[in-house]
Amino acid sequence: MVEGQGLEGKTTANLETFLNGLWKENPVLVTILGMCPTLAVSNSVINAFSMGVATTFVLVMSNFLISLIRNLVPKQVRMATFIMIIATFVTVAEYVIQAISIEIHRSLGAFISLIVVNCIILGRAEAFASKNRVIPSILDGFGSGFGFTLAICCMGAIREVLGSGAFAGVDLFGPHYEPWVVMILPSGGFFIFGLLLLFSNWLNQRLKRKGA
Amino acid sequence: MEAKEEKKPSEKGQGSESVSMIRTLSIVAIISGILIVGAYQWTGPTIKKNKAEFLRKAIFQTLPQIKELKIFKEEPAGILVPLVGEEEKATRYFAGYDASGALVGVVVEAEGQGFQDVIRIIYAYSPEKKAIVGFKVLETKETPGLGDKIEKDPHFLENFEALDVRLDADQKSLVHPIEVVKIGNKKDLWQIDAITGATISSKAVGRMVNKSAGERVPVIEKNLSLLKGGS
Repeated sequence: MVEGQGLEGKTTANLETFLNGLWKENPVLVTILGMCPTLAVSNSVINAFSMGVATTFVLVMSNFLISLIRNLVPKQVRMATFIMIIATFVTVAEYVIQAISIEIHRSLGAFISLIVVNCIILGRAEAFASKNRVIPSILDGFGSGFGFTLAICCMGAIREVLGSGAFAGVDLFGPHYEPWVVMILPSGGFFIFGLLLLFSNWLNQRLKRKGA
Repeated sequence: MEAKEEKKPSEKGQGSESVSMIRTLSIVAIISGILIVGAYQWTGPTIKKNKAEFLRKAIFQTLPQIKELKIFKEEPAGILVPLVGEEEKATRYFAGYDASGALVGVVVEAEGQGFQDVIRIIYAYSPEKKAIVGFKVLETKETPGLGDKIEKDPHFLENFEALDVRLDADQKSLVHPIEVVKIGNKKDLWQIDAITGATISSKAVGRMVNKSAGERVPVIEKNLSLLKGGS
């Protein structure tokens, strides 16, 4: 992808790889992947942020390792290899989260283990890391990871502010605010997600029209 | 996107292809093993400390009136002795006392297979009421939205506010084993109303509480004077 270009070309290509994941091909808002954690653990900012960081860590590390050994993996066993690598980093992430805070580990519950089957990670491994060099793969991991974190944190912020009247656990409106409880329930998740998609598509079209 | 840059091993035939597959998978498995063991060793002590602290907090939540906690361990033949220091495998009993030093309840741990993975809980036994008076889930990987209701469902948790675990005449086993019944069918104090949509998880909790109470309550009753004295 970037071979045969000068240093400048490489940097631009790398930046593009990063920005692609962050916005243009945002895993949540554009390719609609990783819906399960996006809807399930976005009921508070802290949950959403921890999930985003854990997923980014797994993405970057697995992209790095898969890209490193991409020429050694026979294509018949590539899925098994990728999943094994991803599962390893998920296990590592799980230990680290437990060491940081048992409470966060408990509130994320089964969703930490479920990062293994997050389509974003296997998708990036198959579509990018297995075909590209190490540095672009790492950047791709960061791009998609930050993109995921950005989207899930937006959801988390909106849902927590409306649903519990707080931001990251800090009470915003005082005791007289009647929380809009449906927002932290699953139905609220779908509702906010739909609005977020609407907004990002509107923004993208606007930007396109301005550019044209 | 460029094509996959692969060295096709097709000329060398099937044998070498299998060898390279096995080799790749073994190498990756070894790397994975090393990474996981490394992470475990590195985070292990901190996780242990966090868990102990979490357990302490959870005990104070199951018995909110208590001010002081003393830990005992079970020796063979059901004798309790105060636990000094830390012991990995010890069966622990956490005796909670109120401000005046009177025994409020004894908290014990229990675990059992749930729908997905092992569920770990604690429950508080009140020797005065001869009943379980508190319950908390420590660890669960049950299905989000269904099985994990064992943690939060208020109606389910109500079951453990006064769950009858009286012992029979010879103080060896429960008069009424704990039963899990369909929601709304709870008639007796030793029955647990299950959660709709989480029957397996509810039954798992009922089973582990029943088994654990059957073993632990006789020990608590036997050592009651020691527990009450607190020394």
